[in-house]
Order: sequence, then structure tokens, then C-alpha cells
Amino acid sequence: MQIYLPIADLPVNIFLILGMGLAVGFISGMFGIGGGFLMTPLLIFIGIPPAVAVASVTSHIAASSCSGAMTYWRRNAIDTSLALMLLAGGILGTAAGVWLFTFLRKVDQLDLLIGLSYVTLLTVVGGLMVNESLRAILRARGGTPVPLRRAGSHAWFLGLPLKMRFKHSRIYVSIIPVLAIGGSIGFIGAILGIGGGFLLVPMLIYFLRVPTATVIGTSMVLTLVTMASATIMHAATNHLVDAVLALILMVGGTIGAQFGTRAGQKLSPERLRFMLGLLVLAVGLRFAYDLVIQPVDPYSVRLLETAP
Amino acid sequence: MSPVHVSLARGLVMLALAALMLPQEAAAERLITSLSNHRVSVSSNFVGDEVVLFGSVELDKGATPRQQPYDLVVTVIGPRNNERTRRKQRVLGIWMNVDSRAFIDVPSYLVSLSNRPVAAIADELTRRRLQLGVENTMLPQKIGPDVADVVRDDPFRKAFIRLKTERDLYLEIPNGVTFFTPTLFRATIPLPANAPIGTYEIDAELFNEGKPIARGNSALEVIKVGFEQYVATAAVNDGILYGLLTSLMALVTGWLASIVFRRD
Repeated sequence: MQIYLPIADLPVNIFLILGMGLAVGFISGMFGIGGGFLMTPLLIFIGIPPAVAVASVTSHIAASSCSGAMTYWRRNAIDTSLALMLLAGGILGTAAGVWLFTFLRKVDQLDLLIGLSYVTLLTVVGGLMVNESLRAILRARGGTPVPLRRAGSHAWFLGLPLKMRFKHSRIYVSIIPVLAIGGSIGFIGAILGIGGGFLLVPMLIYFLRVPTATVIGTSMVLTLVTMASATIMHAATNHLVDAVLALILMVGGTIGAQFGTRAGQKLSPERLRFMLGLLVLAVGLRFAYDLVIQPVDPYSVRLLETAP
Repeated sequence: MSPVHVSLARGLVMLALAALMLPQEAAAERLITSLSNHRVSVSSNFVGDEVVLFGSVELDKGATPRQQPYDLVVTVIGPRNNERTRRKQRVLGIWMNVDSRAFIDVPSYLVSLSNRPVAAIADELTRRRLQLGVENTMLPQKIGPDVADVVRDDPFRKAFIRLKTERDLYLEIPNGVTFFTPTLFRATIPLPANAPIGTYEIDAELFNEGKPIARGNSALEVIKVGFEQYVATAAVNDGILYGLLTSLMALVTGWLASIVFRRD
């Protein structure tokens, strides 16, 4: 069944979009990520203008992280004080990211920079995750229990001043690295148009040693707030948010996320990290492939602006 | 003579001249066209449409009929845009856009329909002068401070036409015009699903023995209606409210899903 999108100005198959929403929603619920780094390329691939895709996906991520956050909230798996502290840093980072984005657009090499950032970010993060989780899995197989918190393994930055106790996550750390993590996620998210959950979750685990019980729920709260505000910003400045496209994605995404959340809880954290790492790495390599392999058509056409 | 008289006399002379020229003009035909639909509505189930142009060639009274059959070229031009064609090249192992050309005020949609290939209808000079066929339509590029069309085998121009053709927006249909009788014709204008919103100008040019003898103009409109139009207008006019509502919709959808699928 075809439906015409009012902002993207083209008809799409409603079931194709719904299916994409379901699939990405499942993945996002499973790993506690927004899934923007999967959804946006998929939409561009089926012909949605990139700017509309980026702007509309933000509201889709907001919806799926909202439903995910609700589920985790009922399971009491959200560290509210940690989430608020991350948000404080996130807002500052987003503002800085939007500023840089505007600057780079003037320079006119934004596309390439986004492509290169995606490749670097995704392959490095994916590679690290696969490597780490594989070793954890092997350790578990070998019989040695996985030491979640090794004595004396606290990084130096956790001991910085302004220490704060995050009771729910049972950590006592300086708020400086917390703000820095929130800030960098907001910054990267604003430039690349992603929620940043796939970065935030490993950062919280590796740097702050947030236990797996609270890490996904907490990261979802941050994604929810940043993406909801990004939707409003995109709608107010570029008028590129397609509400019809967003609604179809949301319905698919939230349903998928519910099943994903359940599937995710059946898997061991190491296995989950390994699978997410593989996924992130695969998307990164896909971007790298596009940059390195000779394109079928070296030419492309882009609309500048409608003549009066 | 006063100036009034001079102009009066001049007017009379011109009238007489016009009257003298009339018999020659009378040998010409008039082109009468009509569209099946002047307004194409884009609603949520729009998947493309077709508009049919009907018409007939009216021979003026006393004019002698032509020996050769008529030819007709219909050119449909959609709303004009500025577009950029970019070319990728390998730099340090990475394919990046290294060169680009801005196409200024070019048709977003360009379809040329004719009863036989335009090359067979008129000679090259006429084709270029009247901009018949996609190849011969002016596609001005920004070159330094100037805006001008370039040679037809310019790689950027060729790439632009090719990419537009791939999206069904630039088409040349050499059998798009059908003559039922020597003077009665029909042309079917295809509007793809991605047809741009706006006014489309339709220009019909009648030929005989390679010479343009009459022309007719018409226009059609592609507009969004109902819900599609409402959403599109709201997005532009009330951006912040639109964004707030979309965010709210996201939150409600998420919340509903977590309620509906609640198991614990």
C-alpha cells in the first residue's frame, strides 16, 4: 500500500517503512540504543531525501527510546540522578555541536566529514566492543568468573573532585567525567544526527563502570530528551520533519523495541555487547565501502533551493 | 498637421498594412488544445497520474489544405529550481565530491512529446531555436559571474539530464502524440509519483514540412490537497508548534506501546 509523504514529497510503501521501523526498533530495544545510525541510512537508501530522513528519524528515536525508557522505569532500572547529570552535559554538547554543524555547512565539505566521522567512529567503537566482549566470553568459557570491578582498577578521572554518589548504580565518581561523557554524546549527536546510544552505553560501562542493570535504561532517558528536543529544533529551523513518515516509523519502532527489550534481557551482557559491536562494525565498514569503492555513477544532483 | 492627426494617419496606414497581410496569415492554421484536467491533486494515495492534452488543427476559412501531414511537439515544463550537479573523484583513496556546477532556473520536470522523433520533424537550427526535445532545452549553468547554457556534450550537462531521466523527470517520448485524423490529436502527459508540486507550462508547437506554423499554450497545476496540504503548510508556517506536536506524538506513541505490551 502506497502512501504519499507530505514533506518528503514522494510516495512510499507503508509496509516497507513499518517493517524497517520494526526491525530497527527490535535492535534498539535489545541494545538500548536509538538506532538512528541504522534508520537514517536505510531511509536514504529507499529514496527519502537525506535532510528529511535525518530530521524525521529524530522523532522516531524519541518514540522508541520513550517506550524503552518506560519499560525500564517500571523495572526500576533507571538511575535518575545519573541521567540528569548526563543531560546537563548533553545540552551543552548539543549546543556546541549545532554551532560546528552550521560552520561546516558554510565550508561545504560537511557530507565528507560526516561520512569519515561515521566510518572512524563506528569501526573503532565496533572493533573495541567486539574485541572486549569476545575476551569476556572466552574468559567466561574458560571458567574464570568475569571480574566486573577489579580492585584498584578505577581510572584516574573517576577520582577527580566534585565526587557524587549515584546510589542506584552503586558508583561514587566525580561528576566531571559524567558531564564530559554527556557533553561528547550531545556534540557527536548534533553533528551526525544520531542519538548516540551505541556510544553512550559502552562509555558508561567502561569509563564509569555503571552496572548493566541500570546502563540501558539510563542511556535511553538521555536519548529520549536529546532526540525530542532535536525534533523540535529541526522542525522550527528547517521544516523538514515529515510527521507522516515519523508516525509510521514510530509505530513500527515502538512495537519492535518492546520485543527487542525482552530478547535483550534473555542474553548475557557479554553476548549482547558482542552482537552490538558486530552490528556497529558492520555499519561502519559499509560506510567505508562507500567511500573507498568507485561509485557506479560519479555524478549526483542535489536541489539547491526553489526559485521564487 | 497636428500630432493627433499624424498618429491617426499612422494608425490607418498600419491597419491597411495589416489588412494586406491578412490573406497571407489566413493560410495559417490555429491550434486548439484542451486538457483533460487542469489540476492534479496530490493526496495520501497519490502514485502518479496522467493528463491528456486533446486538440485539433483548425484551418482558417479560404485557406488551402497542406499537402504534407502535420507534426506536433508538446513540451511540458514543471516548476523551475536551482540544482547542483556534483562529480566525485578519488582523492587519497577516498571518493569525494571534488567538482560541481550550479544549474540555475532549470525545469524540475521536462517532458517532450511528439508524433515522431523531433529530429525528423525540424532541422537542427529550428530545434535549438524553439528548444525542442530535452537535449535542446536551455539548461543554464552558473559559470563564474555569468549564467549561460553550455555545449551539449558538456559532461555535467549530460550527467544532469541522465540523472533526471533516471528519476522519470526528464523524458523524451517520440510517440507521445497521436493523430487520430490528420487534424485531430491527443498527447498523454505522464506525471510520475515524484512529480514536483507547482505549475506546469504546456507548450504545443505545430509543424508542417519542418516549419513551425502555429502554437498553443496551456498550463496545469500539481497541488497538495487535504491532509497532505495541511501537514505541509503547518510544517512551514508553525514550525515550533509542529515540532512540539511531533515530539508529543513520539512520546504518546512510545508510552502507548509500553502500556499495550506491558507484561509485568
